[in-house]
Amino acid sequence: MSTTFVAAVASSSILSGTSLLYATLGELVGERAGIVNLGLEGVMLIGAAVGFAATSIAGNPYFGVAAAALAGSATNLLLGYVVIARQANQLAAGLSLMFFGLGASALIGQPFVGAIVPALPRLGVPGLGAFDVLVWLALPTALFLWFLIFRTRWGLALRAVGEDPAAAFATGRRPGSIQYQALALGGLLAGTGGAHLSVALAMTWDEGMTAGRGFIAIALVIFSKWNPLWAVAGALIFGGAEALQLQLQARGTDLSPFLMTMIPYLLTLLVLGMWGWNRQSAAPAALGRSFFGVE
Amino acid sequence: MTDVGPILEARGVVKRFGPLVANDVTTFAVYPGEVVALLGENGAGKSTLCKILFGYYRGDTGEIRVAGRPVTITSPREARRLGIGMVFQNFSLIPALTVWENVALFVEDLPWVIRPAAVIRRMRADAERLHLRVDPRLPVGRLAVGDRQKVEILKQLLGGARVLILDEPTKVLAPQEVEGLFRTLAALRNDGYAIIFISHKLHEAMACADRIAVMRQGRIVATLQAHEASEATLLGLMFVDSSASSEPPAPSPPGEIVLELEKIATAPDVGCAVLRDLSLRLRAGEILGVAGVAGNGQRELADVILGLRRPSGGVKHLWGENATRWSAARIRERGVASIPDDPLALAVVPILTVRDNLVLGSGRAYYAGLGFDWGRLAAAMDRCAAQLGFPPLAYNARAAVLSGGNLQRLVLTRELSRGPKLIVALYPTRGLDARSAASLRGLLSEVRAAGAAVLLVSEDLDELFALSDRLIVLRAGRVAGSFLPAAFRAEAVGSCMVGAADAA
Amino acid sequence: MRRDLVLARWNPAALAARHRAPHAIATALASLAIFAVLLVAAGKDPLRAYRDTLFYVFGNAYGFSELLVRMTPLLLTAVAVALPARLGLINVGGEGQLYMGAWLATAGALGFPNLPAWLLLPLMTVLGFIGGAIWALLPGVLRAIKLVNETISTLLLNYVAPLIVSFFIFGPWRSAESASYPQSPAFVDAARLPSLAGTRIHLGLLYGLVSLALYAFFISRTRWGLAMRAVGGNPEASLRLGVPVSGYIIVAMGVAGGIAGVAGMAEASAIQGRLVAGLSPGYGFMGFLVAWLAAGRAVGILIMAFLFAAISSVGDILQITQAVPYAVVNVLMAVILFIVLSQRRS
Repeated sequence: MSTTFVAAVASSSILSGTSLLYATLGELVGERAGIVNLGLEGVMLIGAAVGFAATSIAGNPYFGVAAAALAGSATNLLLGYVVIARQANQLAAGLSLMFFGLGASALIGQPFVGAIVPALPRLGVPGLGAFDVLVWLALPTALFLWFLIFRTRWGLALRAVGEDPAAAFATGRRPGSIQYQALALGGLLAGTGGAHLSVALAMTWDEGMTAGRGFIAIALVIFSKWNPLWAVAGALIFGGAEALQLQLQARGTDLSPFLMTMIPYLLTLLVLGMWGWNRQSAAPAALGRSFFGVE
Repeated sequence: MTDVGPILEARGVVKRFGPLVANDVTTFAVYPGEVVALLGENGAGKSTLCKILFGYYRGDTGEIRVAGRPVTITSPREARRLGIGMVFQNFSLIPALTVWENVALFVEDLPWVIRPAAVIRRMRADAERLHLRVDPRLPVGRLAVGDRQKVEILKQLLGGARVLILDEPTKVLAPQEVEGLFRTLAALRNDGYAIIFISHKLHEAMACADRIAVMRQGRIVATLQAHEASEATLLGLMFVDSSASSEPPAPSPPGEIVLELEKIATAPDVGCAVLRDLSLRLRAGEILGVAGVAGNGQRELADVILGLRRPSGGVKHLWGENATRWSAARIRERGVASIPDDPLALAVVPILTVRDNLVLGSGRAYYAGLGFDWGRLAAAMDRCAAQLGFPPLAYNARAAVLSGGNLQRLVLTRELSRGPKLIVALYPTRGLDARSAASLRGLLSEVRAAGAAVLLVSEDLDELFALSDRLIVLRAGRVAGSFLPAAFRAEAVGSCMVGAADAA
Repeated sequence: MRRDLVLARWNPAALAARHRAPHAIATALASLAIFAVLLVAAGKDPLRAYRDTLFYVFGNAYGFSELLVRMTPLLLTAVAVALPARLGLINVGGEGQLYMGAWLATAGALGFPNLPAWLLLPLMTVLGFIGGAIWALLPGVLRAIKLVNETISTLLLNYVAPLIVSFFIFGPWRSAESASYPQSPAFVDAARLPSLAGTRIHLGLLYGLVSLALYAFFISRTRWGLAMRAVGGNPEASLRLGVPVSGYIIVAMGVAGGIAGVAGMAEASAIQGRLVAGLSPGYGFMGFLVAWLAAGRAVGILIMAFLFAAISSVGDILQITQAVPYAVVNVLMAVILFIVLSQRRS
């Protein structure tokens, strides 16, 4: 195992893990408010398509990422309207959003298939690789979210809403409003995660290019116990699995990529089983009801 | 106590719920720097009065004064603003958040950026000052109940309460924690807070209060200084002395032993009482009444008998067989019926029709091919309903739309049509109108005369006195006393229920 | 009051009352209008697409047959959701159960290529059922022993199944012929479900209709169906009446997974003729939405599956006639769903 191999895997992990991290952080904020978004995949796809299209139109990748973030936020707010204002079933609404994202992204991205866009510029790290601005911002974003959730008045209210909306309401807060805010913020992050794929990594747009990362992110939120710092570790690990698989494949090793990609899901299931065994749930209690309750 | 006026006063407060007069309080006052105990048995109106003081309810008539000024309290937030805090039995705390986070959410003035170290330091100091020692850094979910109560109290006091109302605070506490609570209350009293302590346990009232106001049937019947009160006086005030008013049932010859519980114990479970060392015997043709303050194990006892809860220790015999590990289905098959207090939640599936509900509880009796013999079911149920004197059943109605009385009739028809030999009735007349309740009592007498054994759990002493051949009192998960009809006196049974004396 | 024993608040009967015919028509029209606006914004011609679809589906035997082909897996995956839903369980794992059914059926097809069709096809059907059933049994057991909620466990397993399939078609079952596009070897004729002459309508449609009919009969006319409805309506009371709730949970999940597995077997056997990576364009999730829209009622499932299949036809037409990627039609589906979801629920 040479140092170049390790460096290649590390660099690849960081690149792969970045979009996963943004998406995870986005979902995490929403779930902290008690809303599970099964359509995260769709939001990421919209982010990827809008990011690519906007970059192509404006010739500027930063503009593309910003547009993608806003598009992600708007998409999440669509979910918010259905689930908060109309009190709809979160699972059905989330799956509908997934289909929406699949279709809308295809529609938006279609005229731009095959376009050449300027990539997000990268800054090199000697011995490791070159990384774009979103990678550099990933860890600070996670830290900022940690700070936001655990060290601010807004974050305290957010957590209260996610645990017990009635109790939060009793202290004079408006749970619905806080949930909207959480979704808007989460959408910004999820859209950014999608954009990273199309504008920084692959530099193309393909239908369905997120390839299930949205669902890995949902698993990762659970796995990280709804804590942004653990999400960083998780994204690195899960991104690393993908990276390792790519590197091994490049070297002709016959280790199946598919078995490695299963790991996030199986690990999460295992972790859930352990929590169930210990009768503990780190899930925000109000999220728990439809998604985690076993009684 | 000084000669300052009362900090909180209720005058002429009347509150009705339908035909029931929950409160009719001429005057009730509490002064700064004192602990007033509001003493009375279940349903006396203590909680209702305090909920009016706290803004949960509005009295139909009457006036409330805070520090001499008349006020209208429209909501709990209003009450808080006026300096009235109330600690209920179920705390409104968020278990996943820490103590300081819970308190901080409640208390209004938080900076945008929270510096936990500073908040915690300040809170620790405040807690010390208020004699409530609790570590602000711990998640509330990990605290023992006594500590959670402290957090709730801290929340109210830091939120500006000068009057603290505690609703049955010792109900959820372990015995050692009770001492701690009394010490805290005494210290708070010395600091000038006014404390209202709702309880049905007269020993506690005598131990921690300066004054005791006794409530009965919605009225305050007496207010005494604690040092003037004795157990006997208080008991006399709490319970209207009534003995069995109707004819005691004719003693029937003792039948075979239907149910025997030997030293039954259950494992601790969230939100449930724990049974310890509980033994009883029930014979055919006998009604065994079970009295006790709600929450002392009655529900758990019924669940153990019905096979819904496995005892962690002890043995259960049904008709001589060891039934400790039998499933609920098997126990039902053997002829055990259940009449619970909340049929809509416990005995009936609301979205299904009356017909479906009838067949569901009838075991294999009406199986036909892959489905059921609806004809035979209807015939049997109609026969049973007629025998019981009920109006005809509305087979196609959804159970959800039935009235309380009709639901109970549905359950009775279903249960009794199986000819059960043991009936477990848990507060069966709760929520029923007077006529339905009376007819249900008559029914229980009849089935007893026909040779069935009945375990009747009830809060209504009159009902128990009228129906029981024997009466036991459950307290803290065990049998605290046992009475024969000759000894059916409200004072005696009541005192056993609240722990004033252990009758053998 | 022990109301804490609640499996899920997904009560088919209560939901059913909220869907009414006039709403359905208004919903359909509104959705078509919104989708039309989106298409126009993208420079396409929605009215032409709608007209072409109507002609294709109702004026053309092949068009109509394609609609039935699309409907077939939806019937099965919808029942796979509706059955456990009667108990109050939420099964979003139809996708994974479908893949595992296809996988095990393929094992049979590849392992017994010399069997005659009348032996091989039933064998594959059974294997398909078993494959899907096993995949749903794990979540079922985890739920029955109160360890893990079935919503999340079925969701997670959804993504493991296609990976297992991919592992096999890239590895042990890799077809020598098409090196660039990994898939399993083609099934022998005996392993292919028969189709109606000239169309792609296959025996799977019969499986779907039979499953739907059996489901309806079972739920409404048998004592086990009544017991399941009781558990879904009030698990605490059912427990007290002696219903073995845990047993029902496990069996219902197993059977549901099996039905979804048969859908997978049918797609692999009849449509693809082999095991491929992209076997399902989301039939499992669509089945969830079909069942949810139909509030678990059999007739509703039939109608909603037809509707979703019709929407797919719009997608086909758009792709063929106006070079719009098929995936775009998911927007139409989503719009319908959002409108339905937005209708006031208490």
